[in-house]
Amino acid sequence: MAEQSKIKEVLVKPIIDNNPIALQILGICSALAVTSQMSVALVMSIALTAVTAFSNLFVSLIRNHIPNSVRIIVQMTIIASLVIVVDQILKAYAYEISKQLSVFVGLIITNCIVMGRAEAYAMKNPPVASFLDGIGNGLGYSAMLMTVAVIRELFGSGSLFGHGVLPLATEGGWYVPNGLLLLPPSAFFIIGGIIWALRSVKTEQVEAAEYRLAPNTVGGTA
Amino acid sequence: MADNDSVKKTLLVTLVLCVVCAVVVSAAAVLLRPQQAANQALSRKENILAAAGLLQPGIGVEQQFERVETRLVDLDAGRFTEALDAQSYDQRKASRDPALSTPVPQERDIAKIQRRPRYAQVYLVRDGDGRLSRIVLPIKGYGLWSTLHGFIALEGDLNTVAGLGFYEHAETPGLGGEVDNPGWKALWPGKRVYDADGKVVLRVIKGKADPGRPEAIHQVDGLSGATLTSRGVDNLIHYWLGEQGFAPFLANLRAGAA
Repeated sequence: MAEQSKIKEVLVKPIIDNNPIALQILGICSALAVTSQMSVALVMSIALTAVTAFSNLFVSLIRNHIPNSVRIIVQMTIIASLVIVVDQILKAYAYEISKQLSVFVGLIITNCIVMGRAEAYAMKNPPVASFLDGIGNGLGYSAMLMTVAVIRELFGSGSLFGHGVLPLATEGGWYVPNGLLLLPPSAFFIIGGIIWALRSVKTEQVEAAEYRLAPNTVGGTA
Repeated sequence: MADNDSVKKTLLVTLVLCVVCAVVVSAAAVLLRPQQAANQALSRKENILAAAGLLQPGIGVEQQFERVETRLVDLDAGRFTEALDAQSYDQRKASRDPALSTPVPQERDIAKIQRRPRYAQVYLVRDGDGRLSRIVLPIKGYGLWSTLHGFIALEGDLNTVAGLGFYEHAETPGLGGEVDNPGWKALWPGKRVYDADGKVVLRVIKGKADPGRPEAIHQVDGLSGATLTSRGVDNLIHYWLGEQGFAPFLANLRAGAA
């Protein structure tokens, strides 16, 4: 039973309690770039989850043989190889979406979540647990990406997964889409809003302040 | 494990890892290549059909493409050529190949393409009587951020636009990216490219074309908020349908001498 609850914790905790984007503020760059459409965000989520899970698995498998001096490069090599394989698979079987993701699949290599989990978890834990940790963190990333994508696609283009939901004014409906939501900066505001909301509800996520403002001293300049 | 950090072990681990990763990556690339090439070819055919306004949903693209004839045109001579195989010719690769392309002098390079290939693929669609009903020409040129790659289709008179579409670009979403907007693309069919003297007079204008005026037949509304992308489209139309592009070939084809 203890084993089972641990698996659950590894899988579920990164989704809300320890979300890689919202709490650790990792992987923001791709979250800004690929969330204007849900279908693209979904494929990116699956790609990142697969890469994180398998890089964790392989790093963990050889963790006892990785020389400490070159461990980051070893992790990078594994991650980069996996990303290229994923990119090739997308080009072969999801051609339209791979064109939209273009460079961002390649940039999974530099996604801090993948690297972070390999270094922080897979180097110290057995393969199965590492694999699950990769899936869990991938799910955390996916949850955030999909939330942002729903907001951006619904209010930016009036559709969900490409199916029209709000009739657009340009096509005779009543909804005037918010163009800002199609541009990357909007994801900043949305992610910021989600982080604020999460930390208002789950106050334990708020880090202790690194410094405190000193009270105003008497007679000081206003 | 202390011995992990010995020079011997470090070299061994990195070497084995590199070999394994190299094998995995190259295996994936080689095994998936046929499927990827098929995807690219299919997407190209789909774009050609869409530009010609012939794409029907629900029917296989390959099947629809059977009525399209692919030919190669020598742009300098303005005539069809059999110098290379039209089906396997890769125009984008040829544009970078010094043997198959020539640099465009800067003052004439309005579409900012730098090199122009000697041969270009054209796609012909004939009606039941064997007469030319559509011709699809590849076009490309620089917009605001990126090179726009696309096709323009002309009616059998080789003057009236039948359709236009870009299959690759990286213009700003919501602004220049609106070149993909079906509403904007719908403004193109019916416009005339050439005037009576054979000059390219089709323009993407700033603002809206006034349909009451006679020149509206040569004008397409610019994209609001995307002046530079609109200008880029205007430039590339002028380049590719002009004297340096397909104009000599279209003139020959009209005269029946291509």
